[in-house]
Amino acid sequence: MAEEKQPQRKKIQATGQMMKIMSDYFYDLNDAGQSATRKVAWCTSVGPAELLRAMGFAVHFPENHAAMLGATRMATELIPEANAIGYSPDICSYLTADIGAHLKGTSPLAKAYPGIEAPPRPDVLVYNTNQCRDVQDWFTWYAREFGVPCIGITSPKNFTDVTEILVDDVTRQIEALIPTLEEVAGENLDMQRLRETVALSRECTELWRQVLETAAATPAPLTFFDGTIHMGPAVVLRGTRQAVDYYRRLLAELEQRIAEKVAAVDGEKHRIYWEGMPVWGRLRQHSELFSELQTSVLVSTYCSSWIFPDFDANDPLRSMAKAYLALFIVRSDAYKEAYIKRMLEKFNIDGIIYHDAKTCPCNSNSRYGMPQRLEQETGIPSLVISGDLNDLRCVSDEQTRTNVEAFIEQLEERR
Amino acid sequence: MTQPVYVGLDMGASRTKVAVIDRHGALLGHAVKKSGIDFAATAALCLDASLEQAGAGRSDIVAAVATGYGRNNVAFVTSQSKTEIGCHAKGCHYLYAEAITIIDIGGQDNKIIKLDADGRRESFKMNRKCAAGTGAFLEEMSSRLDIPLEEMNSLARQATETIRLGSYCTVFSATEVLENIRHGKPVADIIKGIFYSMIKRVLEMDSITGKVVLSGGVVAHNPYLVEMTEELIGRPVLLPPFPQLTGAHGAALYALEATGGQGDGSGEE
Repeated sequence: MAEEKQPQRKKIQATGQMMKIMSDYFYDLNDAGQSATRKVAWCTSVGPAELLRAMGFAVHFPENHAAMLGATRMATELIPEANAIGYSPDICSYLTADIGAHLKGTSPLAKAYPGIEAPPRPDVLVYNTNQCRDVQDWFTWYAREFGVPCIGITSPKNFTDVTEILVDDVTRQIEALIPTLEEVAGENLDMQRLRETVALSRECTELWRQVLETAAATPAPLTFFDGTIHMGPAVVLRGTRQAVDYYRRLLAELEQRIAEKVAAVDGEKHRIYWEGMPVWGRLRQHSELFSELQTSVLVSTYCSSWIFPDFDANDPLRSMAKAYLALFIVRSDAYKEAYIKRMLEKFNIDGIIYHDAKTCPCNSNSRYGMPQRLEQETGIPSLVISGDLNDLRCVSDEQTRTNVEAFIEQLEERR
Repeated sequence: MTQPVYVGLDMGASRTKVAVIDRHGALLGHAVKKSGIDFAATAALCLDASLEQAGAGRSDIVAAVATGYGRNNVAFVTSQSKTEIGCHAKGCHYLYAEAITIIDIGGQDNKIIKLDADGRRESFKMNRKCAAGTGAFLEEMSSRLDIPLEEMNSLARQATETIRLGSYCTVFSATEVLENIRHGKPVADIIKGIFYSMIKRVLEMDSITGKVVLSGGVVAHNPYLVEMTEELIGRPVLLPPFPQLTGAHGAALYALEATGGQGDGSGEE
């Protein structure tokens, strides 16, 4: 009988620094919210954050707040609050959890950061529908609630190539945001400052790419579950020096792990690609489940979505448009499949797990035959698990466990 | 001196099944009971009953493997476990050593498992978190109609028409059933409709290719579903001698393999 060995979750040493810069970010945001002079903008996660930062706004990302609601398992209790005012349980559970938290006057920030009660009140809300339509509905609700302007980019969708016509369109839409933002900010856009911000964003996402690509090593030094935590600065501090400094340190630690052959998962036997959102309220359980099975879920579309090679300080507005258009979620299945195929090869992947998130159709790529097509083309087997990013009422732990264990058994049989 | 035996325990959400096999993989004893609320006690009852049928005792067990939802509740027998998907695959491949598509209809979930000729899994699908097409759906309908489960099969055969139930949702389906009762439709026709709806929901889960093996307690107790499946897919299906036991049998075969044995079927009657 094989000796049972409990998997060890290996702590990334840089985590402490990340906690510190995230803490500094939230306290600064809170200060901005209380300041009579500073302005606060709420922005979607792949919205024009560079523009907002360059104009001096403190930037809050409701998607980050919603993910915190999920990770702290507060979301499931709050979603019904939004359902009760007409926001269906079938729509984005980031939206419903976040609005539910506002209605209930609660926030995970209050528990994590003493002195902070809630996200800061916005002076302006800025969205980009490249993520989905729900972000616009979400921000529009807050615009009514706070009586502040809500502006944004209505992104083209489902295209394969980022053509000049599309870039022209989004560039013009970004330009059209500027007058309103200048009015709210009380200052004009400084193009030099925007160039600097875009340069920092580029540097940040380049380092984030290198961090994620360390997982191509065998054994992989970090997992998808690590990535979902360490992507925090890439999301909320894009365009800042702190994020750049942090990823330099994280990269150095992971390169050290590679040199020393330190595996994120002891005895790594199988290498998995994760397609879709994490189940925020089950990060630890899922991480442990895969560790027990000596399986490294080491790369994902989700974490890789904050890599923006198109940012160019020499052409800030147009390059922002390109970067926001190049996002995986907004592309056609033809593009997505070609992208995933490259990733499968680069990371030497044995199997793909698709998370079909009940309330997030745009991040659930298993619904239009992609698993079957990719499996046919690559011979790499796949599994679809049903769940949700935030609404744990849509998650069956036992079904997930059985499906994952059976999938790993299937991979074992192929070895 | 009795012979060494290998045990598979399939701790299902609805029923517990135990299979005892010899070193060739042949079934010597088996037992099935409602899982109830004490999985370990039910497992012990099934284990002893199946060992007795096999003419063996607990000391004759060389190895055991557990499967099913309660697979971690039988530490008194074994700490080794495999998923029910793996065990149904193993059990069915033992009986039909060729490329097959297994349709397993259990109390709590359904599975469609595709195997190659060597018994390796090519793919599998489980129902989503929904009772559609499971034994739980049938139990709910039996309760709504106040007709015992064991009478449903023979009643369905008496139907002259099939009532169509269109919903995924068990609650909505129950409403459709009540609507048909209100309109005076014969109970036999309604039950046939329930069977039809159930099997349709299962077959919709995946493409049904190649030779089909049906397993699970629902088909074991409702042979009419087997005929209905054949009618719907347009070809005969394979039905194991004990459709409810393929998971437990597969678990026992895993136990045999773990000790270096190989179920070759040479002891099978």
